[in-house]
Amino acid sequence: MATTLPTWTALGPALLLGITALVLLIVDSIDPDTSNSTLLAGLSTVGSLAAFLFAGWLLVSGTGQPQTGGAITLFDDQLVVDGMSLFFALIVTSVATLVTVASHDYIADQPYQAEYYSLVMMAATGMTLMGSANSLATGFVSLELASLPSYALVTFLKKNRGSVEAGLKYFLIGALSSAVLAYGISLVYAASGHLQFDAVASAVANTEFVGVLGIGVLFVLGGFAFKTASVPFHFWAPEAYEGAPAPISAFLSSASKAAGFVLAFRVFTTAFPELAGLAGGPVTVDWVLAVEVLAVLTMFVGNFAAATQEKVKRMLAYSSVGHAGYVLIGLAALGGAPDKGFVLGASMMHLFIYGFMNTGAFLFIGLTEYWDIGRTFQDFNGLAKQAPLASVAMTVFLFSLAGLPIGGGFFSKFYLLAATAQSGTWILGAALIINSALSLFYYTRVVKAMWIEEPVNDFEIDSYPAGIYTAVIVAAVITFLLLPAFGLLSPSAVTGAAALF
Amino acid sequence: MMVEALLAVTLIGAAMTFLSDDEWAGRVAAGISVLPVVGSLWMYANFQNVGNALLSGSLAYETTIDWIQLGGYTIQWHVGVDGVSMPLIALSTVLTTLAIVSAWTPIDERQSQFYGLMLLMEASLIGVFSALDFFAWFVFWEGVLIPMYFLIAVWGGPRRKYAAIKFFVYTNVASLVMFLGFMALVFGLGDSITVLGLPEIAQALREPGNLSTFFGMSPGVLRLVAFTAMFAGFAVKVPVFPLHTWLPDAHVEAPTPVSVMLAGVLLKMGTYALLRFNFTMLQETAKANAALIATFGVVSVIYGAMLALAQKDLKRIVAYSSISSMGYVILGLVAFTPHGVGGATFQMISHGLISGLMFMAVGVIYNETHTRMVGDISGIADRMPWTVGIFLAAAFGYMGLPLMSGFIGEVLVFLGSFRSTVLPNAPLFTAAAMFGIVVVAGYLLWAMQRTLFGEYELATDYEVGRAPLHDVVPLAILLVLVIALGSSPGIAYNMIQRAVNPILNLAFALGGVL
Repeated sequence: MATTLPTWTALGPALLLGITALVLLIVDSIDPDTSNSTLLAGLSTVGSLAAFLFAGWLLVSGTGQPQTGGAITLFDDQLVVDGMSLFFALIVTSVATLVTVASHDYIADQPYQAEYYSLVMMAATGMTLMGSANSLATGFVSLELASLPSYALVTFLKKNRGSVEAGLKYFLIGALSSAVLAYGISLVYAASGHLQFDAVASAVANTEFVGVLGIGVLFVLGGFAFKTASVPFHFWAPEAYEGAPAPISAFLSSASKAAGFVLAFRVFTTAFPELAGLAGGPVTVDWVLAVEVLAVLTMFVGNFAAATQEKVKRMLAYSSVGHAGYVLIGLAALGGAPDKGFVLGASMMHLFIYGFMNTGAFLFIGLTEYWDIGRTFQDFNGLAKQAPLASVAMTVFLFSLAGLPIGGGFFSKFYLLAATAQSGTWILGAALIINSALSLFYYTRVVKAMWIEEPVNDFEIDSYPAGIYTAVIVAAVITFLLLPAFGLLSPSAVTGAAALF
Repeated sequence: MMVEALLAVTLIGAAMTFLSDDEWAGRVAAGISVLPVVGSLWMYANFQNVGNALLSGSLAYETTIDWIQLGGYTIQWHVGVDGVSMPLIALSTVLTTLAIVSAWTPIDERQSQFYGLMLLMEASLIGVFSALDFFAWFVFWEGVLIPMYFLIAVWGGPRRKYAAIKFFVYTNVASLVMFLGFMALVFGLGDSITVLGLPEIAQALREPGNLSTFFGMSPGVLRLVAFTAMFAGFAVKVPVFPLHTWLPDAHVEAPTPVSVMLAGVLLKMGTYALLRFNFTMLQETAKANAALIATFGVVSVIYGAMLALAQKDLKRIVAYSSISSMGYVILGLVAFTPHGVGGATFQMISHGLISGLMFMAVGVIYNETHTRMVGDISGIADRMPWTVGIFLAAAFGYMGLPLMSGFIGEVLVFLGSFRSTVLPNAPLFTAAAMFGIVVVAGYLLWAMQRTLFGEYELATDYEVGRAPLHDVVPLAILLVLVIALGSSPGIAYNMIQRAVNPILNLAFALGGVL
C-alpha cells in the first residue's frame, strides 16, 4: 500500500497539522470579528485527529520500517520517516487532539481564539517534525517551530499576571537554552564538518578535536534538557506549567517533552553513538555517563520537589520533571544493554502512556479551574461527591502515574526497570523504585482530598463543560485500556527504536 | 472461559452499580452479585481436577493467551483453577454477596460508590485466586488493595483516615518488597524461562542449576533473599507478628461489611500467596528455615490471642483473634505434611466463614445498640434472640467445637504439624500453638457472658429491637455453611488435599483424603 503513494506523503502527519494551522488563520481572516469557537476547535480537532489516524495507518502499514525496506529519507537526508518518528507523531497528535477538544470550553471567553488554535497546530507541526529531523539544522529549526508558538501560548491569558510572568520566564530560559543548543551545534560542526546525523557519526569517529566536540555534545545535551524539562534546565517548567492555561500545560508537559526526547534519542543514537562506545569502539566523549547523572538527578529533584508542593498543578509540574528523569533511562541505560532497542523502546512506551495520563491529569486541573474551585490540595476536598466520574478519571491518572497497575503506567515503568536490570545500571533502577514509591505519597494526597476529606469550601458544580469533560474521560479510558492493550503497542516501539542501532 | 465470565459479570456489575441511583444501589449490587455466586458454585460442583496448578496438575477452566512481549519474556493472560483456588473463589463470591446484603442497614451515604467498589474488589479477588501469570496476578492483587483503601477511608469510623493510610502504606510497601524479591528471582533465572507464568517459574526453580548469579548474589543467597522479601511482603497481608499492627486499626475503623471482606477473604490472599510462592516455588528454603517460620506462626497464635484477651471492643476482639487463627495456617503450611498443608488451606476457608460471621454478628448488634464496648451492653439475648443465638454458635465454632468447620481446620493443622519431619521439635511447637485455643475460649466466653446474658442494660440511648430480616439471613447462611463444612469436610477438603499433595511430592490420590 505504502509504495503506491508518493514518498512525500510519509510526512503526512506533519503536513496535515501545518495545513490545519494555515486553514485556521484563513478562516479567521475571512471572518475576523466573530470568534466561532466551536468551528475553530472543531477544525483543529479534525486536523489533529486526521494526522493521528494517518500516522497510525502509516505505522501499521509498515512505512519506513524494516519490513518495507527501512527508513524513508527526504530532502537530501534532512528528514527521515521511520518507526520512531511515526511513533512520536502518534504521541504528539493524540495529545494535540485531547488538548484542542478540551480548549473549546477553557478559552471560550477569550479573544484571539483562532490564533490560539493555530499556534497549537504550528507547535504540533514542529514537534512532529522534530521526530523526523535527520540533521542538526532541521532539528534546530523544527525545535524553534515548536518553541516559539509555545511561548505565546503560555502567555495567552494576557490579563493574568501569572500567565504573563510564566511566559516571560519560559521565553528567557528558552532563548538562553536555544543559544546554548545552537552553540553546541556549531562546535559539533566545527569538529565534524557535517550537520546530517549519519555524516556527523562517521566524521566524529576520527576527529582530532575531541575537546571541542565534547563541549559541543554537552551543550547539545543541555539544549535538550531544556526542552524535556530535565535538570539542570528544568526551572522554567513549574512556573510555565502553573501559569499557563491548563490545556497548554498539558500540551507542553506531554507533547513538547516527548518531542524533545525524540530529537535527543535520534541525535545521540545516530550522530554520537561512537563517542560513548556504543558501536564497540573506544569511549571518547562519555555522554551515556552524563545522561545517567542527569537522569538520577532529575528523578530525585522532580519527585522531592513535587512532594513539598501545596498546589496541585505545581505538584504535577514537578512530577513531570521527575518523569523526564524516568524517560532519560532510555539513553542512560544504553551502555551495557544487550538489547538496545528494548531499552529505548521502554522509554518510548513510557512517553506514549505518559502522553495520556499526564495530559488527562492536567486537563482535570483545567476542569477544576473552569469550575473555579481553587488550586491547593485543600480546595480539592470532597470533589468526588460533586463530580464522581471525573474524580474516578483523575484517580486512574494519578495511580497510573505512580505506577500502580490500574493503568498503562505500571507496565511502562516495569519496562524501564527491566531495561536497567538488563544493562546492569543498578543506580538507575534503585532511583526509579525509590522515586516511584515517593511519588505514590504525593499523588495519594490528591486522591485522599478528592474522595475522603470533607469539603472546606462550599462549591456547586452546575455545569459540565462538554469538551474538557469528554477529553478527561477519554484520556482515562485510554490510560486504563493501555494496561491490557500494552502488548499491542510495545512491539512497534521496540522495533522502531531497534532500527536506530 | 468461566473465569473470564465471572470477571466480566462482576466488572460490568461494578460499573452499573457505580452509575446507578443511591436508593437502588444496594439492591442492584446484591442482585448482580448473585450471578458470580451461581457461577462459582456451578464451577465448584463440576470440579473434577486433581493436582496443583503450579506443578503441572490438571487445571479447570483454563485459558492461556499471549499478552505482552517483554524483552525475552512473554507475559500471558493465564488463568485456571485448581483444588486450592476453587474453594477460595467460591468463598469470595459467597462472602461478597452476604457482605453486600449486610451493608443495607449500616451504609447510608454514597451508596452507589460503596457497592461499586465492593463489586470491583470481588472481581479482583476472583482474579487473584485464578491468575497463573505473575503480572495478571499482580494487577489483580493491587486491584484488591485500592478499593479496600477507599472503602475504609470513606465509610469508616472516626479515625478512618489514619487507619486507611496505614493500611495503604503497609500493603503497598509490602507489595513493592514482594515484587522486587520475585523479580530478582526472575532475572536470576535468566534464559531458563521464556514465560512469566507461575507454573513455568515454579518448574524452573525446582530444577537445580537454572538459577544463576544475579547482582552479585549466588543462587543460594538469591533464593534466601527472594524468599525473605516475598515472605515479608505476604506476611503483612496475613498478618504475621510483628507486621500485624495495621490490622486492628483497619478492622475497627472499617464499616462492618468491609471488615467481613477484610477478615474473610483479604487475609487469605496472604496465606494463599505464601502457599503458591514461598512454600511451592522455594520449598527448600522454607524447609531449611522451618523452625523460624513456625516460631512466627506460633507467636502470632499466642500473642494475637493475648491481645484479644485485653480488648474491650467486640470488633477489636474478633480482629486480634484473626491474627491468632492465621497463625495456625502458617504453622500448618510450614509443617510440610499432607494434613498440615491441607488443613491449613481448609482453615483458610473455615476462618473466612467464621470470622466473616463473627464480624457480621457484631455489626448487627452494633446496628441496634450503636456500641461495641463490652462494658456498655449486657443481656441483649432477650431482645435479639436470633442474632445472639447465631453469634453464640459462631463463637463456639471459633473455639473449635466439633461438627463446626473450625474444629476440622484446627485438628488437621495440629495433626499435620505434630508429625512434621521438617520442623525440629514439632510436638513442642504444636503444643504451644494448642495453648492458643484455651485463650480463645477464655476471651470469647468472657465477652459473651458480659454482653449477651445477665440483666438487660445499655449505656447508649437506643431502643433495641429485633434486627431486620435482611441482617439476620446472611448470618444464618454463613452458620449453615460452617456446620456443613464441619460435618462433612470432604466437600472442600478432598479437592484441597488432591491439590496440595504434589507440593509434598506425593501422588495425587495418596494419603490424607477424608
